[in-house]
This record gives sequence, structure tokens and C-alpha cells, in this order.
Amino acid sequence: MSTDISTSSPQPATAPAAAAAPVDAGQPTWKRIGKRILGYAVLILFALAFIMPFALAIATSFKTRAEVQANPLGLIPQQVTFEAYRAMAAVDLPRWAFNSAVVTTFVTLGRLFLDSLAGYALARLKFPGRAAVFALVVGVLAVPGIVLAIPRFIVLGQLGLLNSYAGLILPLAVDAFGIFLMKQFFESIPKEMEEAARMDGATIFQTFWRIILPLAAPGLIALTILSFQGSWNEFLHPLIAAPSDPSLRTLPVGLALLRGAGGEQLDFPLLMAGSLLTTIPVAIIFFTFQRYFISGVAASGVKG
Amino acid sequence: MNAVRRRLQTSEAIAGWAFVTPVLIGLVVFLIVPILMALWISFRDWNGFTPPGQSTFVGVDNYRALLLEQGVKRFDFALAIRNNLYYVLGVVPTQTAIAFLLAVVVNQKFLRGKSFFRTAYYFPSITSSIAISLIFIFLFQRTGAINFLLNPILASDNMNWLENANGVFHNLFSVFGVTTPPTFLAENSVMGLTLWQWISGPSVTMYAIMILATWTTLGTLMLVFLAGLQGIPNEVDEATMVDGATAWQRFRHVTLPMMKPTLFFVLTIGLIGTWQVFDQIFAISAGGPQKTTLTPAYLVYREGFRGSSMGTATAVAFILFIIIIVLTLIQRRVVNPDEV
Repeated sequence: MSTDISTSSPQPATAPAAAAAPVDAGQPTWKRIGKRILGYAVLILFALAFIMPFALAIATSFKTRAEVQANPLGLIPQQVTFEAYRAMAAVDLPRWAFNSAVVTTFVTLGRLFLDSLAGYALARLKFPGRAAVFALVVGVLAVPGIVLAIPRFIVLGQLGLLNSYAGLILPLAVDAFGIFLMKQFFESIPKEMEEAARMDGATIFQTFWRIILPLAAPGLIALTILSFQGSWNEFLHPLIAAPSDPSLRTLPVGLALLRGAGGEQLDFPLLMAGSLLTTIPVAIIFFTFQRYFISGVAASGVKG
Repeated sequence: MNAVRRRLQTSEAIAGWAFVTPVLIGLVVFLIVPILMALWISFRDWNGFTPPGQSTFVGVDNYRALLLEQGVKRFDFALAIRNNLYYVLGVVPTQTAIAFLLAVVVNQKFLRGKSFFRTAYYFPSITSSIAISLIFIFLFQRTGAINFLLNPILASDNMNWLENANGVFHNLFSVFGVTTPPTFLAENSVMGLTLWQWISGPSVTMYAIMILATWTTLGTLMLVFLAGLQGIPNEVDEATMVDGATAWQRFRHVTLPMMKPTLFFVLTIGLIGTWQVFDQIFAISAGGPQKTTLTPAYLVYREGFRGSSMGTATAVAFILFIIIIVLTLIQRRVVNPDEV
């Protein structure tokens, strides 16, 4: 044990050399290799646990129902069939996808407009009652969706908006989290920019529209992505807002009800194909704008 | 100069209100007024179809039926609380611990491919809860992938995951030969459920849903932990390294204390989120088998939209709201001790 290599003196203050060497250069070789094997084993095991379900869903969507029954674990279909994708039309799935797209587009546009206006006012404009408005926004953040389900059903009924696109869209377009996110973002933009514009005689709206919004592009992208994902995946609200009009179902609602109607023998290739179709748009956005997703999560984590 | 400043202030006040007014209208119409109306409904007997004004006032009957009166409503509510309690106790510690472990491993400087692993772990978090639930139904069905993998290990024959009302703890007791409840547990009851029913543990089906919930949330929580870990200044780590501390000592005495706020944050958002589980229950089990996956959130839906008993449903919603508000206040206090 006296032969332990690590007892060789830790090189003091040779920063440039240490920067190039691995962080654990001082440790014995077996330990360094062991750590790496263990580390990668954990990482790969979990990566498989996260990826395999999706891989199986893709494979299943191209299998016959008989093959799915016989071999649920096969990643490569023995007999590739597009039956599930053809069957989609029969269950009205294109209609659900269309509805999801309409709702998501308008909810996202609505949030971009409303949240950036309100976020800017709360971040920069001094007006009486600002603290109260902000307290309201923060308070509303805490109200869980399930608590709102019946209240919204009641109000949409009173307004005559049940079973309509407006009823699907409007309640979701008002979103406290987005206001919060945009307020934080506007606060990070240096004040000098807008002060200069205001001195030049621009109105507040002109300053906001021409100077501030372009600077806030990263924040707007983050908000777009988060609200796209949120409203595309939203299940509870479309479930209760269009209870009696099947032609207004969104993808998550249609799929959940399709499963419910399936009884004992579920058509797994169809259900998997539908699930994948629901996943793909968000996946494309996710892989394109990953860093905004991740900064969004980090922001919500830091501020609570 | 003063006049100019005053004019600027006035225009700022006008613009400020103009900017927040659209949002305020939305918040009032779709949040404040609805919640007040729901509070009103929770004291009435309303079926959800007739105009709400024609419903009858019943005082606190809806709340009493859920909490005090013997009957099916209190029984179902107690079951929902029990089921969700096991769900929370199972999911929150597990997802927090695994997410923390994953974040620590991903954050190791000697490992490469961080962004790949981070992406793979986070991906389920952004996917539709319904799509994920359908994929899990496929995996957990009798002839599904999970049983294919487990059959050789457990030497069992296609375990029934999705329609299995047996409590996990009851199953465990039966391993030790306890299949009928001791009289003490069978004869005493709280809120209409015998103590034996209270200690059933989550049903096997609920357990499968708990696995799904943990799996889905891990990625988000790992990212939050990762942000926290990367917030620890490098100098702190390097200083202790020069001091000759072992990796474990550094983790125990530097990383863990510095991660305390993040840890509390993750625990409380976990607590708040798990008390609202709905989508997965709807898609996978609809509260069954034998009501063992009934949760307060699903009870709100079932009573209100299936049972035409809006009064009861809103009462459940408000009790759930109180539970969640208390948890949120605790979270705010822990995360920002200066505020609130």
C-alpha cells in the first residue's frame, strides 16, 4: 500500500498544466477507470430506460396486431405495415391534430402578446397599483388546474363559449407564469436603451415595440416554446371545455377517449401511432430550441 | 423640467394600466370570477346542466358529506386521500433521490456526452402526459414488455399490473402469512375506512402509475438540480480539493449543504404536483380497479362531469386547494424566507 501512486505530491499551483490534465489526474489509474465505468453504466442504464419506451412505441406502430401480441419487445417489425397510420383517418385523428394546431397557435400568440405587455409594465412602468397587480399574478400562479376545471366550465357555460374554439383558447391564453417569465426577462435588459429612446421623444408603446421587444427576442422564444408545449399537451381544459362536441377534440383528448372506448382488446399499433404523432411536433421544437427549454426550467427553478 | 417629469409620470401611469388591462380582464373573467362562483356552487346542490341560479342552497352539506357523514361520499373521499397519500409518499422521495443522483453523475467533470444524456433524460418531461400514459399501458399490459422482462426473474406468469386492486403492503403481509386483518385493525375505522384498509399500501395498478410519474418527472427535476450544482462556485470545490478532502467528504460537507435550497424546492414542487395527479389516472385506470387509483383530482372530475354532482365536486376541489395552498406557502417560506 506504500506503492500507492496518489501519494506523489499534489502539484501545487501549476494551473496551466492542470487545466489540460483530467480533473482527477492525481488518483490511481484503477480508481479513475473504475469511476468512469460506474459513471457511464449509470448514465447508459438510465438513458436506455428513457429511450426504450419511445423506441418500442415507434416499432409497434409499424407492426401487425398479431405480431405486437406475440413479441412486444421486438424493435424491428418482422412485417412492416402502415395499417395503424391508415386507421388514423377512420378515428378522426387528423381532425384532432388540426384542432390541436389551431388551439396551440392561438394560445401561443395570445400569450406572447398579453404576457409581454403585462410583463413589461410590471418590470418597468411605474403606475399606481402595480404591486397589487403583481401580487395577483403571483397568487394566481398557485391555483392548480384541477381546481379551475369546474369554475371554468361554469363561466364558459355562462358566456355561451362551451363547445367552441374561443372556449378552448381564451382561458389558456391568460397565463400567469408567462407574465412572470417576461417580467424577469425585461428586468435583465439595461435601462439606458429605453431611456435614450424616450429622450428622443418616442412614446412608451413605440419604445416597447421598436426597442425593447427586439432585445427581448430570447425571452419571447422561450415563452413561445413553453406555451407551445404546454398548450399542445394540455388535457384537462379541452376535456371540460368541449364536453359534447367530438369534432372539437384535441389530440390528447381524442387519444384518451379512444383508449377508454377500446375495451379489452386495445389496438396498440394505432394507439402508439397516435401517441407518436402527438409527440413529434413537440420533439421537433425541443430538439431545435433545446437550450431555451433548459433555461426556462432553470428560471422556474431559481425563482420558484 | 418638473413639468416634463410630471408629464412623463402621468403617461407612464396611463401606459402601465393600458398594458396590464387585457391580462387583468382575462384573470378576472377566467380565474377570479370562476373561483368565486365555484365557492358559491360548493354550498349548493347543482347538477351542471340547469342554469346554476336554479340550484338549491344546501349550506355546508357538501363538505359534511365528504368529511363527517357516514356514506359513500365520505368513503370515496377517504379512499382518494389514502390513494393519493401513498402516491405522494412513494413518488416524491424516489424522484427527488434519483434526480439528484443523476444530476451529480451528469455533472461529473470526467464524464463526456453530458448534453446527450441530459436530452435523453429530459425528453419524457416535455411529452404529452396522455401519449406517455398510452405507451405505459402498452408496456405494462399482460402480454407487454414489462412482463416479458420480468417473467423469467419473478418466475411468474404474466403479472396483472393494470387491473390489480391488491395493496402492495397487503401483498407484503401475506408473504408473512398475514392474510386476514387482526381484529384491532379490522374493527377500528377512520373516515369510514378500517385501519386495515388504510394500511393497504398503493394497489399494484397505482404502483405502476407511480413508476410512470417518477419516470416522467425525473428529467425536469434533474435539470433543476443540475442548475443548482453548476451554481456552486468552482473555487469552493477546488479549495476543498487542495485541502485533501475525499470526494465523499466534499459531497457531504460542501455540495449537500449548498444544495439545500434546491433540494427543498424540488421536494415541495414534487409535493404540490403529486397532489394533483389526474391525466395519467384518466388515461390508465379511470380510478379503478375497485377505486384504488381514485384521487381527489379524479374525484372532482368524476363527481362533477360524470356524476352530475357539481356541489360535491367543487367541495372536493376546495379541500384539495387548501392542501395545495398550505404546501405552496411552506414552499415559498422555505425558498424565499424573506418574502411572504
